[in-house]
Amino acid sequence: MDKLWRVSSSPHILDRDSVPKIMRAVVLALLPALGGALYFFGIRALWVTLVAVVTAVVTEYLIEKLLNKPVTIKDWSAVVTGMLLAYNLPPEVPLWIPIIGSVFAIAIVKQAFGGLGFNPVNPALAARALLLASWPIHVTVFNTPPRGGTLSGIDIITSATPLNVMKQSLQVLKNVDAYSIDKVNKASEAIIQLHASYGNLFWGKVGGCIGETSAFLLLLGAAFLLYRHIIGWHIPLSYIATVAVLTWIFGGSNGLFSGDPTFHVLAGGLILGAFFMATDMVTSPLTPKACIWFGIGCGVITTVIRLIGGYPEGVSYSILLMNLVTPLLNRLRPKAFGERK
Amino acid sequence: MLGIRRRTFAGGVYPPEEKSHTEKKPIEEMPPPTTVVIPLQQHIGAPSEPIVKQGDQVRIGDRLSEPQGFVSVPVHASVSGTVQKIAPLPHPLGDQMLAIVIENDGQDTVTDAIKPDENYLALTPDEMRQKIKEAGIAGMGGATFPTHVKLSPPESKPIDILILNGAECEPYLTADHRLMLEYSQDIFNGLKIFQKILNVKKTYIAIEKNKPDAIRKMEEIAQGDKEVEVIGLKVKYPQGAEKQLIKAITGREVPTGGLPMDVGCLVQNVGTAKAVFDALRWGKPLYQRVITVSGPGIQKPKNLLVRIGTPFKDVIAFCGGYTETANKLVMGGPMMGLSQYTDEVPVIKGTSGIVVLDGKTSPTVEPSPCIGCGRCILTCPMGLVPTTIAQYVEAKNYEMAKKWNALDCIECGACTFVCPAKRPLLQSIRLGKYKIQTLNKKAG
Repeated sequence: MDKLWRVSSSPHILDRDSVPKIMRAVVLALLPALGGALYFFGIRALWVTLVAVVTAVVTEYLIEKLLNKPVTIKDWSAVVTGMLLAYNLPPEVPLWIPIIGSVFAIAIVKQAFGGLGFNPVNPALAARALLLASWPIHVTVFNTPPRGGTLSGIDIITSATPLNVMKQSLQVLKNVDAYSIDKVNKASEAIIQLHASYGNLFWGKVGGCIGETSAFLLLLGAAFLLYRHIIGWHIPLSYIATVAVLTWIFGGSNGLFSGDPTFHVLAGGLILGAFFMATDMVTSPLTPKACIWFGIGCGVITTVIRLIGGYPEGVSYSILLMNLVTPLLNRLRPKAFGERK
Repeated sequence: MLGIRRRTFAGGVYPPEEKSHTEKKPIEEMPPPTTVVIPLQQHIGAPSEPIVKQGDQVRIGDRLSEPQGFVSVPVHASVSGTVQKIAPLPHPLGDQMLAIVIENDGQDTVTDAIKPDENYLALTPDEMRQKIKEAGIAGMGGATFPTHVKLSPPESKPIDILILNGAECEPYLTADHRLMLEYSQDIFNGLKIFQKILNVKKTYIAIEKNKPDAIRKMEEIAQGDKEVEVIGLKVKYPQGAEKQLIKAITGREVPTGGLPMDVGCLVQNVGTAKAVFDALRWGKPLYQRVITVSGPGIQKPKNLLVRIGTPFKDVIAFCGGYTETANKLVMGGPMMGLSQYTDEVPVIKGTSGIVVLDGKTSPTVEPSPCIGCGRCILTCPMGLVPTTIAQYVEAKNYEMAKKWNALDCIECGACTFVCPAKRPLLQSIRLGKYKIQTLNKKAG
């Protein structure tokens, strides 16, 4: 009898990389920062993360079961969403907060639009925006100082995160007449100390959201993702460089070019956002060139929010807003081989 | 030469090379089969018309058909014997096509039309082209464009660079590699014929760096010839694609929709060079070729010299048969080759190899939605956005697919190879190209 051959369009061999492998690699790359959070903030950081992850996975499972769709929890994307959401919450947040966040991220932002690949914005960031709008106190109050450090990373003010201290101190210094001499002195002292606190920011000995504080541990994971070609350099580099340049020019109290770019790059969620959230494949543009524009856009919005907006931090909103610009950026057609433009 | 020349192109992928199964195995001559199936069309262009009929006696090298027009070549008998029938039969390029079936009498009688010519270099370019056409030669890298047509550029497009393509970037295939090792002088002589026909001096022999012995061998042969330079290219797929090869070596970019001659280049496969030499020096028409038979579905992978028209099943039987896990039969390499539904199809002039895969190397996959990773864009050697074109095609928006340069796709398959969501991007783009072209025809 004739053998029955499988017939299909070329190519007949495929690369071994796959969506689940990519997602698992992202989870792996996020783990060092979780270890850091455990060390600096204690076991509570782990509970928040676990609750967020489990809720995300269960929500995805239930919705797909309910809608009679193939269950995709094995692609690990819900795990990534849960982790990223938790990383954007303070360690002492009540546990119902990550539950609401994960349900919203998966049910509304991801599944309502058709699942992985169709969500218009990053589910974790959209959930954070919802939580920030609905329960602002719960998600912006930081009470746990890191082990062996202070919330602000400096000694003179110990009750707020570095970006908060920076924002408030600059406000004082820009309107010296409106404040008491004591306040002014304290503010300028704080700025000086912040400038000297790069080490704390780099290693993660400052307060903040669970996964955002240690630039070092995040960069470790990011290096792995770059090496595995899961993220490109285009978005993180253009994003961070834009923030650095703009905060250097406009971020100081002594006129132009008196800002502190190193501080602004290391503080807050910029490293986490630039390497792990702005680079989200689904919601970032396709071509390298569009990715550079995307990164620049994120950088501009982040800086505007940090320097003149109402919030001390602008990473999440900047990425969310640029997510919405992505379809537009995807209409930039690159020059084809042999095409003269 | 001034300036830094790049030794590769932008994009591309790195599939497992899988050449070790056959690269050290010398070319073996396969005994002629009991019957050969010779399709009347084995080239791009008009099919040739048969000039023999059922019951005719033919000898090796006898012309069996008459080419129809300029872009057409004849086919020749590859065994001696009797014409059994002329009928539509399965063709490796798909569907059925008229083919001449010859029953081998086992005598291997050669036609007296085959006459060696020591002074072949004294022929005029036009005489050379005529002989190449009569020998039925079509590009042997796989595209099978009639060689005499390629060697007739219009006067408005002068050629100043000739490239001999020995890149062989498809996984598993080693036929060109072995040819370069075992027939280097013939290939070089073929190159000299090309130079004469085109009146071109500067010539490059391009070989991927995973064939250092072939590079050395061709360098030895070309030694002392200042016009010929052997170039080692980065090992990357599709390095052997015409436009990418030209870009890597000369830095010139063939304009979109254009041909290599638009930038003064002409590319010929090393196998074609040997066939051209054989035709002019020995008077031999193209009735046999070297192929690689390999893959996890083959018991004993080999490089073989086979008669054109030998059914795949005979070739595979000669290589020890299939393994138990064999489940996909491909003519050509695994990246661009065509999967077959039957092994009754014959080896044709464009068959560079037969690769048999199994469920492990060529798994059945379930595509999932695009996650926008952009890998297809980074790998596309033509600078296209495969995922966007495929999406337009899936939405039947052929107008937009065309605007996004779907027609520039060279169908190398790099995008589909690299897609983590396992989307059949090339299949969609191919459909789009077909639709655009048929719509164009209707409109025109």
